[in-house]
Amino acid sequence: MKKEKIISLVLLLMALSAISSLAVITFFIFHEGLPIIFKVGLGGFLLSDQWYPTEGSFGILGMIVGSLAVTAGALIIGVVFGLGCAVLLTQFCPPRLVAIIKPSIELLAGIPSVVYGFIGVSILVPFIRDSFGGPGLSVLAASIVLGVMVLPTITSISVDALQAVPRTYREGSIALGATEWQTTHMVIFKAARSGIVAAVILGMGRAIGETMAVIMVAGNPIGMPHGLLDPVRTLTSNIALEMGYSAGDHRKALFATGVVLFVIIMILNTIALAVSRRRAGKVLAQ
Amino acid sequence: MTVKIRSENLNLFYGQFHALMDVNIAIKPQAITAIIGPSGCGKSTLLRCFNRLNELIPTVRTTGRILLDDHDIFAPDTDLPRLRKRVGMVFQRPNPFPLSVFDNVAYGLRVHAMRSSRAEVEAVVESSLRATMLWDALKDRLTLPALELSAEQQQRLCISRLVAVEPEVLLMDEPCSTLDPGATEHVEELMRTLARQYTIIIVTHNMQQAARVSAETGFMLLGQLIEFGPTRAIFTNPSDRRTEDYVTGRYG
Repeated sequence: MKKEKIISLVLLLMALSAISSLAVITFFIFHEGLPIIFKVGLGGFLLSDQWYPTEGSFGILGMIVGSLAVTAGALIIGVVFGLGCAVLLTQFCPPRLVAIIKPSIELLAGIPSVVYGFIGVSILVPFIRDSFGGPGLSVLAASIVLGVMVLPTITSISVDALQAVPRTYREGSIALGATEWQTTHMVIFKAARSGIVAAVILGMGRAIGETMAVIMVAGNPIGMPHGLLDPVRTLTSNIALEMGYSAGDHRKALFATGVVLFVIIMILNTIALAVSRRRAGKVLAQ
Repeated sequence: MTVKIRSENLNLFYGQFHALMDVNIAIKPQAITAIIGPSGCGKSTLLRCFNRLNELIPTVRTTGRILLDDHDIFAPDTDLPRLRKRVGMVFQRPNPFPLSVFDNVAYGLRVHAMRSSRAEVEAVVESSLRATMLWDALKDRLTLPALELSAEQQQRLCISRLVAVEPEVLLMDEPCSTLDPGATEHVEELMRTLARQYTIIIVTHNMQQAARVSAETGFMLLGQLIEFGPTRAIFTNPSDRRTEDYVTGRYG
């Protein structure tokens, strides 16, 4: 009995240490970052694209736009291909083929991001430069690389969501004379919607937080990108590129960049969760 | 005697397993035909032959013929969606889609592109819900998620969903097995009403239910149709020993 209590206490401590590290990180970046935001002013920090840390101007609007643009581009690619793949695997594919294709897609998640970046910069970037013009290092290149990187997340979670749909829905629809595709998009998607939204949230989290691969293919200039073929600097790239040599207010401004990234991710997650909960509530209320 | 559906030397295999053996059955139009037998005898498999739903399982192989209005449904030119529109199915567990009541009933219309205007769809939804006596209970709650209905209402909704596409045959696979006795009685009443218009085939392991609702009954055992005839004869004067043992409750 006593032993049981000790074990559960130890487990509780282990669980708390995970939560407390989250608390410490949160506290630390806010503690380091917030003062400089108030010093520069919220408007000067968030609404200016002038980032000249040695001269005391810390505007990160260009990077906020950059991060959102690259993430949106990655999600378009990742959702279209990932969801397509998930539908193929769950609705149209013989099981033997699924056993080959699904693990290979999941293997994509195991490739280090620097390898994605390397392939991006040595193949994709020259290709974009030669076919569409511009420097090649661009929003487009970063979106494509990130899109491939979020594919395994979106695919495998969507596959799980689609497989969890009761078989009776599918039978009921087919027995009414619906085709496989009608069944998929009129019934199965509706039933799996909350899981698919979860897949997109996780893909989004991965895309907005990715750093190394983006640094390698995005070009990382300061300022606002004006098109798909323009180079771009993201919030994460900004921190990674400058943290090594920064000091004083500059260093603090990088923490503040982290604060903004943190808040953006929180907002996106909350929106996505709220959407999926509301819909799940409708579907699962039984 | 007219026949709506007839099977001729129907055999079905799940991989190596011989699930239906030389089944010959003739189903009368606008009547209820019951198929009874112990679990695993192949009665549900037989039912799923009539709308070719067994083909969702990749290892299934069928030989023989099934004639719907004298046309072989296994013929290569068969239009499967059209066949399944003509031969609808009600399942053991009510399986309304995770959509609203309205969208459940309108589903078949959309799938088969049967009605164009909103008003026409609304009219069909109303008449289909009236046909299963759901309209008065649900007319003000058509946007309610179907999964919030009671089990009986869900099963009625599944029948409405079929009625909406104007089928000719209704296949019912133990439609009352998840319902309580009161709901079962209501659904049986509904079946009698529907039988004036539709050909109904019901699979049940509830012998009293078969005796109550059906005009003709078939008894199946181990993949074979042992005996088939008027319900009264099957229950009071069976010609096969095995049928007699089953209907008198000696096994099953």
